[in-house]
Amino acid sequence: MASSATPVQAGHSLGRSLQFKASLPRNRWNSFFSVVAGLFALIAVIPLVLVLGYVLFMGGSLISAQLLTELPPPPGLDGGGIGNAIVGTIIVTLIASLIAIPVGVGGGIYLAEYSRSGWFAQFVRFGTNVLAGVPSIICGVFIYGLVVSTRIFFGQSYSAMAGGIALSVLMLPTVIKTTDEALKLVPQELRWGAIGIGASRFVTITRITLPAAFTPIATGVVLGIARAAGETAPLIFTALFSPFWPEGVFNPISTMSVLIFNFAIMPYEAQNALAWAASFVLVVMILAANLFARWVGRFARA
Amino acid sequence: MAASETTDLFELRRRPPQEKLVDQGFRQLAIALASMVGLVLLGILLTVLFGSREAMAQFGLRFLVISDWDPAGDTYGAFTAIYGTIVTSILALVIAVPLGVGTAIFITENLIPLRVRQVLGIMVELLAAIPSVVLGLWAIFVMEPFIRPGLDLLHQTLGWLPFFSTVPMGPGTAPAILILVVMILPIITAISRDSLQQVPQELRQAAYGVGTTRWGAILQVMLPAAVSGITGGVMLALGRAMGETMAVTMIIGNSNNFSWSLLAPGNTISSMLANQFGEADGFQVSALMYAAFVLMVLTLIVNVLAQWIVRRLSLKYS
Repeated sequence: MASSATPVQAGHSLGRSLQFKASLPRNRWNSFFSVVAGLFALIAVIPLVLVLGYVLFMGGSLISAQLLTELPPPPGLDGGGIGNAIVGTIIVTLIASLIAIPVGVGGGIYLAEYSRSGWFAQFVRFGTNVLAGVPSIICGVFIYGLVVSTRIFFGQSYSAMAGGIALSVLMLPTVIKTTDEALKLVPQELRWGAIGIGASRFVTITRITLPAAFTPIATGVVLGIARAAGETAPLIFTALFSPFWPEGVFNPISTMSVLIFNFAIMPYEAQNALAWAASFVLVVMILAANLFARWVGRFARA
Repeated sequence: MAASETTDLFELRRRPPQEKLVDQGFRQLAIALASMVGLVLLGILLTVLFGSREAMAQFGLRFLVISDWDPAGDTYGAFTAIYGTIVTSILALVIAVPLGVGTAIFITENLIPLRVRQVLGIMVELLAAIPSVVLGLWAIFVMEPFIRPGLDLLHQTLGWLPFFSTVPMGPGTAPAILILVVMILPIITAISRDSLQQVPQELRQAAYGVGTTRWGAILQVMLPAAVSGITGGVMLALGRAMGETMAVTMIIGNSNNFSWSLLAPGNTISSMLANQFGEADGFQVSALMYAAFVLMVLTLIVNVLAQWIVRRLSLKYS
């Protein structure tokens, strides 16, 4: 850029001043780009501040004991709450965790402990990445075709179970990846030590490496659960929705995310307000999980 | 004398058969659980393919290019939705890539104190944690009314272009693109930041040593060195944008009528699925499954390409 500048101060051995000149084109461009990058960072943060502000402000002002414990009102009426949706989200997420955590941790154990670079492990890793990229709505379509339309559970079509299975498909790649990564971080010496004093592979994994990797695995799992709790697309035609309290896991169930979707597009103010309130509860739960996981992660690394 | 006693007592421990059984059983269990990934992927592909066979048989590839979607007359063409999916995700990417990479540079450079940069990084990551349905709610009630004057102005000044030829009436493709930007920004930022941080410090020091400025080093040394990771991240974001459902469904207007205008209501494959799948029956389900198959193939190509780019093009510094 400025290397070809002609020496102005004749007789000077160096040709030009070594002093920093802010007016040079290269320095002007430099500050210009820095300001642009700063602006971009600001623009990137604005949506978060706005979304959080509105959700916490609009939703937070609506929160009351009644809202957290009552059923949603029929369309057009005021009052009511989102109690059934809170319980429903917990049930569906629980079902998803009960499926995805054992399968995912098992898969991660295979990848990290038994076969780090075999063809099957490579295939599973590749598959995990591909599965992580499958749109969540496709998971819903898959479970619709597999569980809902075939009425596989006691002739029931839409059910909390179907919703939970759909969410577990979504959680699975996250759990596998975290387990794999966490186990890889366990020092190899621990495994050698365990094997050296005569422990079997099974005992080494369950008593030595898994406990050593517990914190990072738990962190990842908590983040996966938080993500699943906010998912809507896989639930709208698997778990469906219900204006009543949950009636067992083989019936349609209401969840907060589907409630937000249904009530946001209704032309009634009371329903819109409930959607904001449900967003508040959901966002607070998810942010709490995220900050908790972050805190635990830092605590464990220190 | 004591030594002979200990050698008598020593006995090589042999593993009892049940311990071997447990060991082998655990290994088989881990293999079985790991193969679930493959099974699920295969299951998804087969379910969608099986469900869409009727529509595939009837429409074939014409499904991709005709744009009328008529449940009453049982004729289906997904062109509007496919066009919407591609346009929204590409335009969202065009806006989000400079923003995301710029943010990543800003939080990897030492322009401002480390604390502030860390907080910025955490905030962008938290943005990724906000559920898409909440963003959709926000888009309906806050963002769309707020940007409507801007879109109106766009229509008045550039209305002669087919892309801005309709009066903005609320939900539409343009707000959907903006909310997609918000959704993919964290991925692009996070991956670009990681790639930039992995570039060895020596490269930057060498660039400074031969007399470049900060941005000379960034644009000519750091970014080229990190480009593979950034490209991979952008591809992942593209896959995300194509499959993103809830926020887009809530703000795009869900119209099956084809329009070139970005200000008119539109449709994407995923928003069409979210809207119609619950109430569809018979042949419509098959047509929707076909659309889902198209979406799956699109995202699959993008994701596999992303992985390939990351693995193939990444420069190894050691």
